[in-house]
Amino acid sequence: MRTFLYSLRQGLANLRRNWLFSVASIATVSACIFLFCLFYSIIANVRGIVYTAETTVGITVFFDKDADDVRKAEIRDAIISKGGVKEVVYTSADQAWEEFKTDYLGDDAEELSAAFADDNPLADSDSYEIFLEDIEDQESMASYISGLPGVREVNYANTVVSVLKSLNRVIYILSAVIIGVLVAVSVFLISNTISVAAAFRKRENEIMRLIGATDFMIRAPFVVEGLVIGLVGAIIPLCAVFFIYRRVMDYFMAWLSGFSSDAGLIGLVPLERIFPELCAYGLIFGAGMGFIVSFFTIRKHLKV
Amino acid sequence: MILLEDVSKTYQTGVRAVKDLDLRINDGEFVFVTGKSGSGKSTLFKLLTREITPEEGSIIVNDFDLDSIRRRQIPRFRRSIGVVFQDFRLLNDRNVYENVAFAQRVIGASGYEIRTNVPRMLKLTGLSHKYKNMPYELSGGEQQRVAIARALVNQPRVILADEPTGNLDEANTAEIMKLLEDINQMGTTVVVITHSRAMVETMHKRVITMDKGRIVSDSGALQPRGGSVVLPEDVKSRQKRRIIRRRETL
Repeated sequence: MRTFLYSLRQGLANLRRNWLFSVASIATVSACIFLFCLFYSIIANVRGIVYTAETTVGITVFFDKDADDVRKAEIRDAIISKGGVKEVVYTSADQAWEEFKTDYLGDDAEELSAAFADDNPLADSDSYEIFLEDIEDQESMASYISGLPGVREVNYANTVVSVLKSLNRVIYILSAVIIGVLVAVSVFLISNTISVAAAFRKRENEIMRLIGATDFMIRAPFVVEGLVIGLVGAIIPLCAVFFIYRRVMDYFMAWLSGFSSDAGLIGLVPLERIFPELCAYGLIFGAGMGFIVSFFTIRKHLKV
Repeated sequence: MILLEDVSKTYQTGVRAVKDLDLRINDGEFVFVTGKSGSGKSTLFKLLTREITPEEGSIIVNDFDLDSIRRRQIPRFRRSIGVVFQDFRLLNDRNVYENVAFAQRVIGASGYEIRTNVPRMLKLTGLSHKYKNMPYELSGGEQQRVAIARALVNQPRVILADEPTGNLDEANTAEIMKLLEDINQMGTTVVVITHSRAMVETMHKRVITMDKGRIVSDSGALQPRGGSVVLPEDVKSRQKRRIIRRRETL
């Protein structure tokens, strides 16, 4: 405990002494973790949209005109036996017509539909809607279903899937590159700060060495310094992200309310769900980087 | 006890600073190591503090065999010696009390120990009234007394002083030597490395003179003050092995 308090005091004194280097290191770590949080949020939201798509966008299967109920049941069984199917929903022609009226005819539904009387314009539009476990399997499942006897047409949102997939990949690569560069800069700056602190305390460390201080006692203040740089460098961007995310979310939801029909598909991951994850990763990232860099830098500088 | 046997040290530059050094200093002795610049005095000091290691020979200080000492045991060894330098090596951002307490803090001493030992050392070195002063507010002699208090506070068995009066005038030199003599009277072994023949001659202590890395004279060799010295078992066996090796060579 005494050693810990001594190291803590000396570590903070180091920070105060080289405040300019300390501020530069904290700023770089902050920038690094801010970008990490930013990209993490984007990736998490894209994943959220993909998840929504997985649960709401399905494959629609239309049947041949002469397909009877037995044939339709065989198609259903063949689809389920392929695996990876979460749900198969049958929509009859009458249900399809009702949904069409509600979705597209709006207030004029009564008037316009009266013209069709009992003649259902979607008479051959009874269908299966198939929801898969993984949206990425849609393409292969669609091509499988197309080959089944009695199937007239297969519709699926392949554009949505491929766009989401490539968008996620681009963001992932971009974030990895930018964060990688920033981690390198942070490592360099923290290492520099610790080196300067070691130079400042060269005489003190020499005396400590000759008096009989242990390696741990000599190194601990520098590790504390690195740890504080990492932690402060993580806390600042996390606070910023907390407020920015909330503002963006309010703005986005207000903007989205103008497009009510698509609002179900495009929604942001709630702050309460994403922020604890960001805090955990940000603090581990910051503290870990500070600890590791300072530990190895001081090993290089102090021959005990 | 300090025991050196056949110790040689050559620096990377090729300079052979110490050659075949044999030396024994018993507990409680006061010894001067003197010689001209480049005679190997400072190398001997560094060997005794284990800042450097010899290529040949063995060194034993306070029962620690510096040849085979493990890295993690070095701090424990260094706590058994106190070091004093010509340039004092005080921390200028801390006052007298904190400079002395520093030596206790870095070895993890308790607050109670620090509050007890530091005032005692300041009293011993005559600095009690200056405990709040910063090092730069003190004279050279006072700064050296702070350094001695810091070296003593962890109660070492040996004090090693490298040119402790090198930066001091005559009056301060006499004061510091008197202080070191008092410390020696209390039972601590004192080894003072100096090039000042005048100071050595006034003290009437054992004098080891070095030249070109060798001991050329020793006024008190083989005259232990504290009776016969019991050597650790491993030292005895190593000595035996060395004697056998020499016989075989002859």
